[in-house]
Amino acid sequence: MSLLCHMTESILYSWWTEVQMGPPDPILGVTEAFKRDTNPKKMNLGVGAYRDDQGKPFVLSCVRKAEAQIAAKKLDKEYLPIGGLAEFSKACAQLALGPDNEVLKSGRNITVQTISGTGSLRVGANFVSRFHNASRDVYLPKPSWGNHTPIFRDAGMQLKAYSYYDPKTCGFDFKGALDDISKIPEKSVIVLHACAHNPTGVDPRPEQWKEMAALIKKRNLLVFFDMAYQGFASGDIDRDAWAVRYFIEQGHNVLLSQSFAKNMGLYGERVGGFTVVCKDAEEAKRVESQLKILIRPIYSNPPMNGARIASTILNTPELYKEWLVEVKDMADRIIKMREMLVSNLKKEGSTQNWQHVTDQIGMFCFTGLKPEQVERLIKEFSIYMTKDGRISVAGVTSANVGYLAHAIHAVTK
Amino acid sequence: MALLKTSKFICSVGSLRPSLATLPIRASSWWTEVQMGPPDPILGVTEAYKRDTNSKKMNLGVGAYRDDNGKPYVLSCVRKAEALITSKMLDKEYMPIGGLGDFNKACAELALGPDSEVLKSKRSITVQTISGTGSLRIGANFLTRFHTVARDVYLPKPSWGNHTPIFRDAGMQLKAYRYYDPATCGFDFTGALDDISKIPEHSVIMLHACAHNPTGVDPRPEQWKELSAVIKKRKLLVFFDMAYQGFASGDIDRDAWAVRYFIEQGHNVLLSQSFAKNMGLYGERVGGFTVVCADAEEAKRVESQLKILIRPIYSNPPMNGARIASTILSTPELRSTWLEEVKGMADRIIKMREMLVTNLKKEGSTHNWQHVIDQIGMFCFTGLKPEQVERLTKEFSVYMTKDGRISVAGVTSGNVGYLAHAIHQVTK
Repeated sequence: MSLLCHMTESILYSWWTEVQMGPPDPILGVTEAFKRDTNPKKMNLGVGAYRDDQGKPFVLSCVRKAEAQIAAKKLDKEYLPIGGLAEFSKACAQLALGPDNEVLKSGRNITVQTISGTGSLRVGANFVSRFHNASRDVYLPKPSWGNHTPIFRDAGMQLKAYSYYDPKTCGFDFKGALDDISKIPEKSVIVLHACAHNPTGVDPRPEQWKEMAALIKKRNLLVFFDMAYQGFASGDIDRDAWAVRYFIEQGHNVLLSQSFAKNMGLYGERVGGFTVVCKDAEEAKRVESQLKILIRPIYSNPPMNGARIASTILNTPELYKEWLVEVKDMADRIIKMREMLVSNLKKEGSTQNWQHVTDQIGMFCFTGLKPEQVERLIKEFSIYMTKDGRISVAGVTSANVGYLAHAIHAVTK
Repeated sequence: MALLKTSKFICSVGSLRPSLATLPIRASSWWTEVQMGPPDPILGVTEAYKRDTNSKKMNLGVGAYRDDNGKPYVLSCVRKAEALITSKMLDKEYMPIGGLGDFNKACAELALGPDSEVLKSKRSITVQTISGTGSLRIGANFLTRFHTVARDVYLPKPSWGNHTPIFRDAGMQLKAYRYYDPATCGFDFTGALDDISKIPEHSVIMLHACAHNPTGVDPRPEQWKELSAVIKKRKLLVFFDMAYQGFASGDIDRDAWAVRYFIEQGHNVLLSQSFAKNMGLYGERVGGFTVVCADAEEAKRVESQLKILIRPIYSNPPMNGARIASTILSTPELRSTWLEEVKGMADRIIKMREMLVTNLKKEGSTHNWQHVIDQIGMFCFTGLKPEQVERLTKEFSVYMTKDGRISVAGVTSGNVGYLAHAIHQVTK
């Protein structure tokens, strides 16, 4: 009797009968299949995190030093303000805009610490949804980072797209982009990847950025920059931030998301920033007050540890210098792997045009491989990547690049 | 004229600038209509406190524990855990979307008890969250998306201020049930039962597991039993907010009693946990969100949907605090130390309550201050009226929120006498 009662109660109180099993994460699926594979030559090229030349996760030495400094101070763990650690937010904005930027001097930006890049984008999406009443539409490049879509959609925006990647050239579809952008309704939001476009690795050249800035201004669009790879793309933090700074100089009052996951290797510490460039300091104050009202019922205030590390690095001259060297080294290793992959492909006798592998920039490379070729790479060579042919160059090492070239040649010759 | 036209074109978005004679260097303002938001009420208290030059000033707005010297307190078990973690030279790779597995397991065990049938049958899912607020928001978003039978969330009256915008911004409607009785400075049990008995079926009801914020007024066990029965009868979805486990009575099992009782009675609850107070991990943002399901299969479905919900908010949670909490909970000596330290904090709070009442009596107060001792946790609803609060602030530099709520954590053996004197002055 009591068992029946218990069962009845359980059935009565099953609130979630209608909840469906969600689709498995595509990228996670790659890593899981990789883990199950017993082939000693296996390669995981789905991983979106930097690996050193031994294929190991890399904690930067400037990060370890910053941690030691912080530990020695025996700081308390009191709540940060809603907008985060002030020294971090200030340094974060300076890194993006350049320390002599007129925007910073006039105090017409507000920068809040966020939960890495995703948290920054979501705060921005929520802000736009609440206060940008002129339009519900957000235009993403085609393709864009997979998570952009649910971020903006769950925040209440509508997703649209503009041409970006040209599969014929494995490069930038400049004409297509300009054509699509010229038709975007005024006051729509347009997302631009500041550097190292994810997932294609294809970035506009400076003269192309200039034309885009002019056209976007003509169309009166609200620009939202996603900068997840400053320093990590070219190895030079100013070069990677050039597009953001150029747009601001041209009068675009942009929204900007920054992440320190890749460029400082702070992935799991969740360090990022969200900036709104305003008309003036007074507007920045109003915007700040509303950002706080928005953030407080999401997570109250951001996590302290990663922001203290990033702030220590950015604000301590020797650590800052060391960081610039380390981020350049990471970028250089990626660039070297790209070059080695192409030269090895040529050595294998491949007659395909692999120029795009070295033209593309950042962690990812859109190889141009077709789904059936990707499948062969997985099945026959235990080389794992996403179905769209995207590889994480971070997963390539001097030891396995030859094997990778051999495998790619085998499926494309 | 062409110049004017171009300016107008560029300035078309919301700019109220009348003069278009000069071609503006910067594009128009997108945020002209954004109003300055109201200042945060509690922050205002701290800011006024900071400006005050009176050496006897007291900040009783602070929602964080202070030691008997009025200083922030980092637990020794936390420092030890940090040293252990540092020595392991761990990497900083992303956590899974649902957070650190070891933390989630320990977090659920702490709340439900290690022998919980729920844990044995694996019919719950616990995800690491950004402290209590992050947990509540995940829960609120999950309800909005999947609890389609009702949009209403019933909060106790009063409740923590942030509960309202959390559920509202997630898309739920806020309602209330009676809870605090200002006539007794205690629990309005009859009023609560009465209101709850009228809540439409399948609505969500929020319960503070222990150390109700802001009143400090908790139901007694026999009252919890009746609440459980009427809530079951009304078929309500229970959402427990447990931000003070261990911190309320000093005993983690006692503070979790209501949560465990409800689950035993068949309520498949939602539960938010925070380690901000009980482990002093405030700014590290450590918390958990649990859904107790019908069975393990349902738990898997719910888990998959929680991940889909979390990924576009922050992708995965911060590692540091969870590593600390997990280390403490699963390392026997550190766990013992923690239990002692959390009891130490709770005991100091209880002692300050007792000293305050003793001192009020010594001052000659004839009021009934029993509620100061009956209430539990960090906060105390003194029963002081707004004009009395204002006098306390102006004449004695004692700062608290207008509703008469004090943070007992801000009281020390060094200042409790002054506080009693001041309160007596404005209430005699």
